[in-house]
Amino acid sequence: MKLPDKQSSIEEAIIHVKDGDTVMLGGFGVPGTPFALIRALVQHGARNLTIVKNDANEPNMGVDHLLQSGLVARLITTHLGLNAHAIGLMNSGQIDVEFNAQGILAERIRAGGAGLGGFLSDIGIGTELAEGKQVIEQGGKTYLVEPALRADVALLHADRADSFGNLAYVATARNFNPLMAMAADCVIAEAEAVFPLGGLAADDIHTSGVFVDHVAKLGALSKEYAVVQR
Amino acid sequence: MSNAKERMVVRAARELQPGMVVNLGIGLPTKVVNHLPADFPVCLHTENGLAGIGPTLPSDQANRNLIDAGGAYVSTIPGSAFFDSATSFALVRSGRLDLTMLGAFEVAANGDLANWKIPGKFSPGVGGGIELAQKAQRVAVLTTHTDRAGNPKLKERCSLPLTAQACVARIFTDMAVIDVEANGFTLVETAQGVSVAEIIDATGAALRVPDTELPKF
Repeated sequence: MKLPDKQSSIEEAIIHVKDGDTVMLGGFGVPGTPFALIRALVQHGARNLTIVKNDANEPNMGVDHLLQSGLVARLITTHLGLNAHAIGLMNSGQIDVEFNAQGILAERIRAGGAGLGGFLSDIGIGTELAEGKQVIEQGGKTYLVEPALRADVALLHADRADSFGNLAYVATARNFNPLMAMAADCVIAEAEAVFPLGGLAADDIHTSGVFVDHVAKLGALSKEYAVVQR
Repeated sequence: MSNAKERMVVRAARELQPGMVVNLGIGLPTKVVNHLPADFPVCLHTENGLAGIGPTLPSDQANRNLIDAGGAYVSTIPGSAFFDSATSFALVRSGRLDLTMLGAFEVAANGDLANWKIPGKFSPGVGGGIELAQKAQRVAVLTTHTDRAGNPKLKERCSLPLTAQACVARIFTDMAVIDVEANGFTLVETAQGVSVAEIIDATGAALRVPDTELPKF
C-alpha cells in the first residue's frame, strides 16, 4: 500500500476558498502564519469572508492584506493590539469583530475538530464576554456553553511536510495550526520543506496527513516570514 | 524606567519562589525576569505555546519562529517544551500556573481586575488575560499607583469592564505593596521615601494600615 499524494501548488489549492466562506488562519503573530497562502487568497479574491485567527498580524502583513482588499466581513479573534488598521476598521463598523478569550478560541476550534458540539467553561463569568452565552449548572457549578467552531477552509503553515500531508511545526509556530488542521472541511498547508513519503519519521509528525487535503511547498520565503524589526 | 518603577519591579521579582510555574504578562511584569538570578529554578510560561522561556534575544540573534505572547523574541533553555494553543490554555485553566503577574487599569478592593478595555478608547481584545487572571493560583498586579492624570488605580469598585472577578491577591506599585484581603486593601510595604499618608491619599479606597512597623523596598 502507498499513501496518496496531496501535493499541489499554492495557486491551485487556494481556489477552494469561495465567497462567504469561513477561513481559519494559523499563526500567533508572525510564527505559523501562512503568509504565502494569504497572498494567494488576496489574488484569488474570494469575498465576504469570515476569518478566524488569533490576531490580525501587523499593518501591511498577513491578515492585513485581506483587510486592505476589503475581502473580510467578519473577524473571530482574540487580540488586535498590534494592528491599528484592524482596530480602525472595527471601530468604524467596516468589519464585524468577535473577541474570544484566547484559550476559549483554541478550545472551540479543538472541539470543532474533535467532532463535538461545544464544551462547558467558567471563563469570563462576571465579565462582558459572558453576555449572551447560555448558562448551565453541572455538578453544582455554573458554566457557560462554548459552541464548537469549524471552518470551510483552513490555511496552515508548517515547517516540514510529506507528500501525504503529514505536518510538523517548529517552536512557537505551532500555536493554532494543529487545531485548525482538524476543524475545517478543506485543509491547505504550506510547508517550508515537502519530503517524499518516509521523509518524516512517524514519531515526529504533529498533524496526521489524514486531516490535510492539499500540501504546497513554499518557494523562497518572503520578508513577511522574517524577524520583525521594531 | 523611573527609579520608583525599577524598585517596584525589583521588589516584585522577590514574589517568585523556587519551583514555581509563572506567567508574566506583557509590559512591566515581563521585566521582572531581569531581576532573577540566572540559575533561579522557575518555569516561565507563555500563552503562545512554550514552558521554559529563556532570555530575550536581540533581533540579529532571534529565531523568527520563537516569540513570547508579547511578540518579543525569546529563546529556549534546557528542558523547554513547545505545545499548541489548546494545550497552553489547558495548562492555565487547570491551575498549573502558581503565579501570574499582570498589568492593570483598575483594581478593586475585592480583588476585581480591569486591564483589557477602555470603552471608546482602547479595545484591542482580551487575548489570554481573562484565563490568566481567573485561573492562576495567585494573581499579582504590577502597576503605577495612579494613572497619568494622577487618579487612583486602586478603587472601591472598578468602573471599567472587568477582566476577572475577585482574582487579585497582591498589588505592587511604585508607592507600596498592598494585599487584597477579605475586608479590602491592606498596606504591606512602603516604597522608600513615600509616607503612609501619601499612599492613603493616592488610594481610591479604604486602606488598612497595620500598627506594626512596615518594611520598605
